[in-house]
Order: sequence, then C-alpha cells, then structure tokens
Amino acid sequence: MINSLFLINHSGDIFLEKHWKSVISRSVCDYFFEAKEKAVEPENVPPVLQTPHHYLISIYRDKLFFLSVIQTEVPPLFVIEFLHRVAEMFQDYFGECSEMVIKDNVVIVYELLEEMLDNGFPLATESNVLKEMIRPPTILRSVVNTLTGSSNVGETLPTGQLSTIPWRRAGVKYTNNEAYFDVIEEIDAILDKSGTTVFAEIQGVIEACVKLSGMPDLTLSFMNPRLLDDVSFHPCVRFKRWESERVLSFIPPDGNFTLMTYHVSAQNLVAIPVYVKQNISFFESGSCGRLDLTVGPKQTMGKTVEGMMITVHMPKAVLSANLTATQGTYTYDLATKVLVWDIGKLNPQKLPNLRGSLSLQSGAPKPEENPSLNIDLKIQQLAISGLKVNRLDMYGEKYKPFKGVKYVTKAGKFQVIRHDWTVFLACKGKP
Amino acid sequence: MDGGFSSLRLEAVGAVRTALVSAENLQLTLKTELSQEEQALTHTSANSGPEETHRTGGIFSVLRNEDLKEMLESSKESLKLEAMKRIVGLIAKGKNASELFPAVVKNVASKNIELKKLVYVYLVRYAEEQQDLALLSISTFQRALKDPNQLIRASALRVLSSIRVPIIVPIMMLAIKEAATDLSPYVRKTSAHAIQKLYSLDPEQKEQLIEVIEKLLKDKSTLVAGSVVMAFEEVCPDRIDLIHKNYRKLCNLLVDVEEWGQVVIISMLTRYARTQFTSPWKEGATFDENNEKAFYDSEEEKKDQVEAKPYVMDPDHRLLLRNTKPLLQSRNTAVVMSVAQLYWHLAPKHEVSVVTKSLVRLLRSHREVQYIVLQNIATMSIQRKGMFEPYMKSFYVRSTDATHIKTLKLEILTNLANEANISTILREFQTYVKSQDKAFAAATIQAIGRCATNISEVTDTCLNGLVLLLSNRDETVVAESVVVIKKLLQMQPTQHCEIIKHMAKLFDNITVSMARASILWLIGEYCERVPKIAPDVLRKMAKSFTAEEDIVKLQTVNLAAKLYLTNSKQTKLLTQYILNLGKYDQNYDIRDRTRFIRQLIVPNEKSGALSKYARRILLAPKPAPVLESAFKDRDRFQLGTLSHSLNIKATGYLELSDWPAVAPDQSVRNVEVIEPVGSLPSLLLTYSVAVVHTYSDEFPFVCKSSDQTWTVFGFSESGSEDESDEKSSEESDKSSSESESEQKKKKKTKKAPQKKAKPTTVNIPTFGPVKSHELLHHMTGKGLSARYHFPRQPCLYQPNMVAVQVTLTNGSDHSLEEIHIGDRSPASLNLHCFNTIERLEPEASVTVSMGIDFSDSTQAANFQLCTKDDQFSVSIQPAVGELLMPSSMTEQDFCKEQGKLLGMNETSLSLLQRWSHWQFMAFTHVLLFASRFAGRTVSSGALVLVTAESRESSTALLTINTDKSIMASMLLRDLKQALAQA
Repeated sequence: MINSLFLINHSGDIFLEKHWKSVISRSVCDYFFEAKEKAVEPENVPPVLQTPHHYLISIYRDKLFFLSVIQTEVPPLFVIEFLHRVAEMFQDYFGECSEMVIKDNVVIVYELLEEMLDNGFPLATESNVLKEMIRPPTILRSVVNTLTGSSNVGETLPTGQLSTIPWRRAGVKYTNNEAYFDVIEEIDAILDKSGTTVFAEIQGVIEACVKLSGMPDLTLSFMNPRLLDDVSFHPCVRFKRWESERVLSFIPPDGNFTLMTYHVSAQNLVAIPVYVKQNISFFESGSCGRLDLTVGPKQTMGKTVEGMMITVHMPKAVLSANLTATQGTYTYDLATKVLVWDIGKLNPQKLPNLRGSLSLQSGAPKPEENPSLNIDLKIQQLAISGLKVNRLDMYGEKYKPFKGVKYVTKAGKFQVIRHDWTVFLACKGKP
Repeated sequence: MDGGFSSLRLEAVGAVRTALVSAENLQLTLKTELSQEEQALTHTSANSGPEETHRTGGIFSVLRNEDLKEMLESSKESLKLEAMKRIVGLIAKGKNASELFPAVVKNVASKNIELKKLVYVYLVRYAEEQQDLALLSISTFQRALKDPNQLIRASALRVLSSIRVPIIVPIMMLAIKEAATDLSPYVRKTSAHAIQKLYSLDPEQKEQLIEVIEKLLKDKSTLVAGSVVMAFEEVCPDRIDLIHKNYRKLCNLLVDVEEWGQVVIISMLTRYARTQFTSPWKEGATFDENNEKAFYDSEEEKKDQVEAKPYVMDPDHRLLLRNTKPLLQSRNTAVVMSVAQLYWHLAPKHEVSVVTKSLVRLLRSHREVQYIVLQNIATMSIQRKGMFEPYMKSFYVRSTDATHIKTLKLEILTNLANEANISTILREFQTYVKSQDKAFAAATIQAIGRCATNISEVTDTCLNGLVLLLSNRDETVVAESVVVIKKLLQMQPTQHCEIIKHMAKLFDNITVSMARASILWLIGEYCERVPKIAPDVLRKMAKSFTAEEDIVKLQTVNLAAKLYLTNSKQTKLLTQYILNLGKYDQNYDIRDRTRFIRQLIVPNEKSGALSKYARRILLAPKPAPVLESAFKDRDRFQLGTLSHSLNIKATGYLELSDWPAVAPDQSVRNVEVIEPVGSLPSLLLTYSVAVVHTYSDEFPFVCKSSDQTWTVFGFSESGSEDESDEKSSEESDKSSSESESEQKKKKKTKKAPQKKAKPTTVNIPTFGPVKSHELLHHMTGKGLSARYHFPRQPCLYQPNMVAVQVTLTNGSDHSLEEIHIGDRSPASLNLHCFNTIERLEPEASVTVSMGIDFSDSTQAANFQLCTKDDQFSVSIQPAVGELLMPSSMTEQDFCKEQGKLLGMNETSLSLLQRWSHWQFMAFTHVLLFASRFAGRTVSSGALVLVTAESRESSTALLTINTDKSIMASMLLRDLKQALAQA
C-alpha cells in the first residue's frame, strides 16, 4: 500500500523520509515539485498525481506536505486519511506539527512511523496504543532519561492492541476521576446582502476528555437527540444502541478524543447570532471608495457574543484604507489585500461601526466584484442548535466520577456575500 | 573549481567534530547545541549547490561515522543508544549510513528495548544493500520467534520478513507458516503481513503462501481478518473460491474489525459479490415499490406479483448490504467511501441513496478528502441526479475553496441542473463569473454553456446572459464566452444573427486567439446570414493576417473559402490574397490548408471532380457539439479507487466484473456446522443426520438427503404447545427447520419463501423456541418466583432423565437464602436436585438445571421448593413431546423397525379435511419427501416412529408405531391439535 513517506516543508525541502518497502529515491518528488510549481498556491496542488512508475498522494497541512508514494491501486482516501492521522499523531505527541518539532524529535517520529505501518498497511493508529509503546516526550521524562538512561519505548505490548477494545489501554488509574465533554458547534452560513439566509447549517462535535480509572462503560444521553441529522462516531460508540435508543454507549479511550460529530441542517433551526450591515462602494471617478460596516446581535439566546472578527478580501485595486472603528482595531494588509476588523465583545447597547474611505490604484477600473465578508465569533455556554446533554451514567466501576459538560458556539464558514441578481434575469425580456 | 573551498569547510567541520567528541565524554547536554551549530554548517554547504552538498555530505559522513562506530562499540548502553539515535536521524534525512552496518548489527541482540528497536529500523533499511552481513542477525530472530512473549515473536517476524534478502526465503516461509498457527492473534496478524512481504520478495512462493492465506482466512479473530484479506488481495485476488466459506463470517465480523481492515474487506467483498450474485437492477423502477412491500408487508396479498417477479435477492447479498450500512457512520472517511461504493455497485437502485447523507458529510472534512469525494459524487451525479439534488447547496462554491475543489463543485452543480432548479443554479453561477479567480470564472462560463445545451428552456436566457458577458472587462471571461456562444449558436443559428453581428463588432477588441478563431468560424459558417459584415471582417483579417496566431490564421483561411463560395463577387481578390499569404506561411499546417483550399475552391484543370462538391464539403450542415461532463465515462472504474481518481487504469487495478446472468451455486458459502454431540437439541421426533441440502425452487424448505435418509428438522413443537409458540418460532431466525410451523407461515406471510431461501445448512436442528412454564408465582412464593423450561438436551446427570432448567427470581425487597428442593411426591420420583443457592439478592435471578426421570409418563413431578423460612409445593408436568429424544436411522432400519411394531402398536389418524389449499400444498410437500420421524423415549428408550403419508386429494395419514400405546395416542392427539390450529 503505502510505500514511502516524504515530509516536505513550505519551501520545498525534503526533511524526512521513511520507507516501508524497498527504498524509493527521493527524486520521485520532482514530479511533485513540478505540480507544486504549476499550482502556485500550495492548497491548489492536486492531492493525487501520477508519475511514470509511481503514484503520489499528498496532503498539505500545517504548512507541510505529507507526500506518500504508492505503487499499486489503493483507495486514495485510505492514504489521505492515514496521512492526516499521522499529522494528528504528531500534534498529539508534540503539541504542534511543524518542521522544527519533527526535526527535534526525529527519533520518536521514526519510531511512531515504524509502528503505524507494517509493510505499508496500518498497524497501530490509536493514540492510546501508540502512547503505551512510545511515550510522548515531556521535559521531566527527557531529564529522567538523560540521567537514568531509560528510554521512551514501552516495555510491553499495549493490551489494547490485543483486546477487542483496541482504543483503550489497560490498567488506567487516576486519583481524581473526571469526564469532561465539550459540545462545540460551528455555524456555516451564507447570508446575502439583505441578511437573508442563503444557506445555513450547524456542524457539531463533541470533544471528550475522559480520565477514568479501570474499564468504565459510559452512557451519554441527550434531551433532544432528534435534532441530530447526521452523525459519525468514534469506533468506541455502540452503533446498535444509538439506532435503537438514541443514546451514546461506549467504553472511552483514555484521555482526549472526538466522541462524535454531528450535523444539524434544517434551516429554521439554525439561529443566526449576528447581522452585518454593509455598504462598500467604489466610485466611477476619483479612484476611491467608501466602506461602512455595522455589526449587531440577532439571535444570541441571551448570551454575549465574543471574539467578533470580520475579514474582508478586498479587490486587488484597493491600495489603502483610511477608516475609523468605534470599537476594536482594524488592519489592512497591503500585500494580501485583506482587511481584518477585530471587534472583540459585542455590545448590544452600542453597536460597533467601521467606516471611512478606500483609496484605489489610480487609473484602475472600478472593481466589479463587491467583496464578501467572513465573520468570526464565539459564544460561550451555548450550543446554538439547542442540543443539550441530559445525563452521563457510568457502569462497570464503583467510584463516583466528576462530570462536566461545556457548550461553545463558533462561526465556521460564515460568509456575507453580495449577489447581483440582475444579469441573467434582467436579460430574459430582451430579444 | 570549488575544491579548495570545500576542503576549508571540511576542516571547519572536523574541528567542530573533535569538539563534539570531547564534549560527548564530558557532558551530554552540551551536545545538542553543538550539533545545531554543526547543522548550521552543513546547511551553509547545502546552500552552495546540490552537487557539492552531495560530495561534502559523503566525506562528512565518513568522518562522522568514525566516532559513531566508536560509540556503538563502547560498552556503555547510553552511548550506543545515542549513536543509534543519531544514525536514525541520518536515515530520516536520507543520508547514507550503510558503512555502519557491521557495527550496528552487533547490537541486534541487545537487552535494551529502545536500542533494539532502533537497530531493527536500521536493519530493515539497509539489509537489502548489505545482504551478507544481514545474515548475521538472522539467528537472533529465529530464536526470538520461539520466545514465550507474543510481542517478541511478532516483532521478530516483522523484522525478519522485512529484510529483503532472497537467501532467507525458506526461513521466512517456515516462520510464516508457524506464526499462522500461533495462539496469539497478534502474531497471526503479523504473519498475514509477512505473507505480502515474502510474496513481493519471491513470487515463486505463491502456491505455498496461498495455503497459508487459506488457513488464515478461516481465522475468527477480528484482529487477523483485515490483514489476511489484504494479503489475499495482493497475492491471489483471483482465487475467489477461497472466500466462499468465509464470506458470511467476514460479513458478520466486519463491524468489529479495525477501520483500515474494514476498507480492504469491503472492497474485496464488492468484487466478490459482483461475481456471485445476480443483478438487483434488472426489474427496473416499477419493481422497486413492489419489492419493498413484498419484503415488509407480509399480510398483503401480493403473492401473484411476487411470483411474477423472479428476482429475489440472495440472502447473502442482503447480509452484506445490511452489515455494511452501520459503517456509514464511521469517523474514517475511507470506510464511509468504501461503503458508499459498495452500495453504488451492489445495492438495488432505490437503496443507493442511503449513502448520500454520509458522502455529503465527508465534504466537511479535509481538503484532500473533499477532492476525492467530489470526484466520486461527480461520477454518481451523472447517472443519479436525484441522489444529490436535495443537497445542492452543499456544492456551492466558497471563495476559500482550492481551485480543483471549485472546478469539481461546478461540475456537480452542472450535473444536477434540471428545469426546476436551473434558475437557482444560474443565479449562483453568475456570482462565480465575477470571481477573481479567472480560471474558475472561465470554467463557470463553460458550465453555463452545458446547462444551456442540456436544458432547452434556459438556452435563450443563458445565451443572452453570455452575450452580456461579452462586454465584460476581463479578457478571459469574454474569450470563454465567445467560445461557448459559438457552441450554443450552432444548435440554433437561425434566430441569432443579431448575436453574430454583435460579436463581429466586438472582434476588434478581442485579443485571445481562441475567441477570435471562434468568431471567424461563426461568421464563416453563417456568412449568408450576415452578408454585409462577413466580407468586411475578411478585409480586416487580410490586413492583420501575418500577425495572427496559427489558430486564427486557419480560421481566416476557412472564412475566406466559405465567402469565396457564397459571395465571390466581393471577396475573390481578398481570398486570393489570403491564400497567397498562407502559401508562404511558416507553419506547415497553414501551408497545407491553403494548398488544399485552393485546389478545392478555385476551379482549374487539375482539380477535377472534387471542386464541384466544394460547396457541399465546406458548407455542409454540421452537428452541434455535445457538451458533456468530463466524468461521463469515469464509471468504467470502480468508485473510490485510485484509477477512478486519475481516470486511468492504475497498476494492480482489479476490474469489477459484470453481474453473472445466472447466480453461481449458492451453497458454496454454506459452512458445515459441526456441533458437539452434547448440545444435540432434542426436538421432538428428529433425525439428526448431516446431509447436503438442496432446495427446490418453489418450496425451498423441502429437504432431501443424499444418503436416502429423509430428514426433517425438528418437529419442534409438541402438540401441547400453543399458538404463541408458533409465532415465536417464526421469529426465530433459523426456523427453516420446522416443518410443522412451516405450512402455517406459508399462509401467514409471503416473506416466508424468501426467508427460507437462505441456504444455511442447519444440519442439526436448532433449539426450538423455548416455551417456559410457570413453576411458582411470586405472589404465592412470597417474592420468590420460578419458571421452568425444557432445554431439550440430553440430561447431564443420568441418561434416563429429562433435563429441566429452572429460573429463580427474587421479586421481594429482601434477599432470600438457602433455596433448595425439599420433599418430593411420589416419593419414588427420581430427581436430580440443583445445589442449594445460598443467597439470592432482591431483583436478582439465577438459572439452575435439574434432571427428572418421568418414567415415560406425563404424570406431574411434585416437589417442594424451599427457602430458609418457607416451603412451596410445586409441580412440573411434561408434554409428551418432552419425553422423547431424537434418534437417527437409515430408511431401511426405519422400515424394519416399523415392521416389528404393527397391529396393537400402530395408531393412525387421517387429517387435513378442512385445510386451505395453501396449507395443504405446503404440508403435503413436506410429507411427500420428509415423512418419517424417529425417536426414543428418554426413560426406557422405547422406539417411537411417526410416518406421515399423503393420501388422495385432501387427506394425509399420520401413523405412529410404538409399543408405548398410551404415549402414541397422546402424541397423536397433540400433533393433530397443533396442526389443526393452523
């Protein structure tokens, strides 16, 4: 399946290579560099490439390319999913996934890669299992290791690997037993200029941090499970129970994991927490324009909107912006033509406003496209879909765990765009 | 040359190196900083050109390696470990560290696990280059293969099989064979991986490896399943026969297999199913609704329709679909995609849409995932618009999407367009046209063109919209519009001379050659509709001909030729001028074309017959181009594959075969269940003979045996059982065994035949539905309640006892103690008591088994059930059927025994007068073939033979031969009652 892996940084240096079968020369990456050159932006590199003898499947993430070399037919998603798992594992082990960190921990990285694939086929990809075999580096441990000469490599095979519960390690012990669940919802929405919702849906995810001793068997139930339109689960969740009773029943992995993701789509259910009044116009003469933005709360369920931020991708012709904000600060990046207005907390009494003039490149034609706005926000203690966790029960262990649920709503891909409805519809009448 | 320069650097590096070595001995912490410095040095050298780096690197590594060798040979574990870590660092960077092989390989037997692992990493990387030296390590692995620790065995096999040295092939083979029978599933998994490694090293071993695969395929562990199927796919994907016997097991294990294994198994099973089952698609759309009803609406009298439709999905086919469906909820995108493609390729058309929602969900995953999923949706949406139409908004393009994602979304939106949604889509498209990403804007215009050709209602609207775009400031947009308009006009040129005129006016401002060429072609093609403009355009072109691009020149020549034919008065000179220019053009295509055109249109003595037809050749009506999706023919590849993604057949791609016209033998998937004798279910009157079953088409439950012993499984209900039992027997999945309840089902449900068609070989009848009887009610028992049932198994305690299971439940709020059996009556009753239960907590229940010798009578066994404080009298009365055990004999023996039990010992009864036709059919069918049952009484072992014969028209005769005449009459009565209840 996966023959080799090359890690390539932003500027095109190969800084790590690993082969699971015969060694493949790194010159194979030249085909990739060619494609990268052509794509200009790293995001635009096609994930699947063909070379005379190999196939290259790559992902771009955290400013790094993970490039795998394949020799025979394989489902491309299989490889892509695996590469993302590798990146996630680095993130999990080292706190971040960057060239520097990988170079610093090259031995652990190599050991991880060795365990994750055997002959190109995934062997152990569960964080719980890997952490038992190869311990993540901590400052304390590296000091201890230097002094005692002990190693990061576990002495025994993780029991998870052998049991039917491969995601949980055995013999977990905590003095404080706790289970926390974060219900995080993101609103994806497209609003048109008048504030009408063109498209809206909610992506939810339940992130869990479970630190419980022994083999706890948890059952999490919701007040209103009917809200959930489409769900996907961590392998630990018993699907049958969900089907029949709409409860999540599972033996959790130890530590942090994503329990489930869900989707709420019915448009009337999606509350839009803020509105934006915008007026961006460019004048035909004088190479200047005007910008006027006002933000106000809409359906916030009585909570405060925090972390408001509005990003505008200006047309290329806009040279500079001379604006005043009643609240927060704004920056205009001349190179990328991105205007960022960081508002912070939204005050319903005094609506934040940003206005002023834009100056355009002289002689340039009036930009025809009106820029769209991207909105960022955060509401604590609220799941905008109204999803509520009812209760969490634990079986199989005797102690009383400490339980907690937190709700957060964020903006996902939240856009305000300007549609001009005129072109096609107006010309209908014409001959 | 820069030789001097590099030697200078070398010196510098050497200095750092010495410092480093001394530092190493002094203090470990200092080292990291120094090595950074040293890295910086290597970096500078790297900047000065790749060739030089290589050279410097080479010499450098020799230098470095010297002290690494020293470290490896030292006696200190920590130094060795440090050295190995740095070597691994070298390997990771792709530097050559092969000279260290001898030094490294010595440490292969180290006690330190981390050191050992790093040595393994090194070995696997360099063994191929250093084959002789690698052999030194083999004995270590061979020893480790015998280690009591499963981990060590597994890792030894992993490394041993990763060493690509042909000489050790026999050793590897032996190790794999041994590991395949290892007790630890983890080791067996490793051996499955090793199979692929050995196969790629030496394909000659194929036959032997297939044997191992065959063995491992039988493995019941979820750990092994994924890996062995992977090995199967790599080594012998064509040996589909190996799968038959494991098919059902794999389907059932699937949910519990790890995610990566699931992907591999699902894709293999997709291929398998396409060779083994018949197509579920044949019946067409009308069938779909009926099908649903026939399946689920059992009371409905749709039997004629069902019979008219011969397609019945193979239960194994259904099993696969049913067991993969939950995996759509997997977090692993590859699993979801593989289930989606399985449904696409295997499910009946109306069921495919269950995957839609999950596929749309994947669009919220990483960019690369989106790319692959969108590609697959694009292929699907061509054939099945309806699947994705409700999710159209999910395919709206966002400004932040990558270009390849945008293009794919556009493709899908175009595929989804229909009369109802086209206005929404066009509205969306016009925002895209204004996108700053001009390549994307151009692609949008193409998409608008496709919508316009596909949906005739909007052709005019689109055309007008595109004409407006001609005044767009951006050149790419204009050019693309021209090209698309050209294609559209070709479809209906009559109404559009205005547009052609408009475009001719724009001609001067357009510089993109493709667009210019398109306009020229248009004017030429429809020159008769724009008779004033066309010659003028040609005049302009004559002026600028030499400065034009080749493609424009070619079209100019075409235009000239066409005008010469239609309007030679005005254009003769112009045409000749252009043809002369073309004659001396640098491009040979243009020279060729010019020569050809001249011969064709200008009549002279040489041109002969052809010039007569010039007009018909050049001005023939041309079919409009069909604007098609780029994904049109992608469905020749299996969805979700690399080949599909690249639209080219990748190495190792396995074709998905077409459905067979006739399904191959289904029975190959039957698995012989070898039940241990102890669990022989004692159904009333049962032959328990292992037989091969074939099912006749109409009455699939009629069974024959090969060795002349007719078999009916399980007359499981004795006559005393009531109606509710019959129902429960229907629900029991393996009820294919009950001949008696069969005919009832036949009447009640139409699903019966389909269900029965399941070719599970139930050699040994399954447990009949357990009817439990009340022994003690909790009201009378002061909280203690008891129920009993007959497990119909030989009694463990004494062979002449009937096994009884009693379930005791404490319904009170305090615990009960010392539950046991007290006095019994008649006192002679032979009873095997259960052990005293010391304590039964509230709400708790316990099941105990006991044995009772009923002495072949249905007289109740009375005894006392005691707790510490109370005594309760209870009684167990068996139905006559419970007093019999199955007995197997051949037909000959049966007849012989029957001959001995005539006269007094024979009781018979004729039946069936008031049965409906259907019942009768079913029953007689059973009777026709499987009409003999033999059993023995439990206590005395007396033989009981039952024969059922069908007589003329509406009667059948039931005969019982036994010397226990009372029993015979009771049995007969019960049977009659049971049958009459139908």
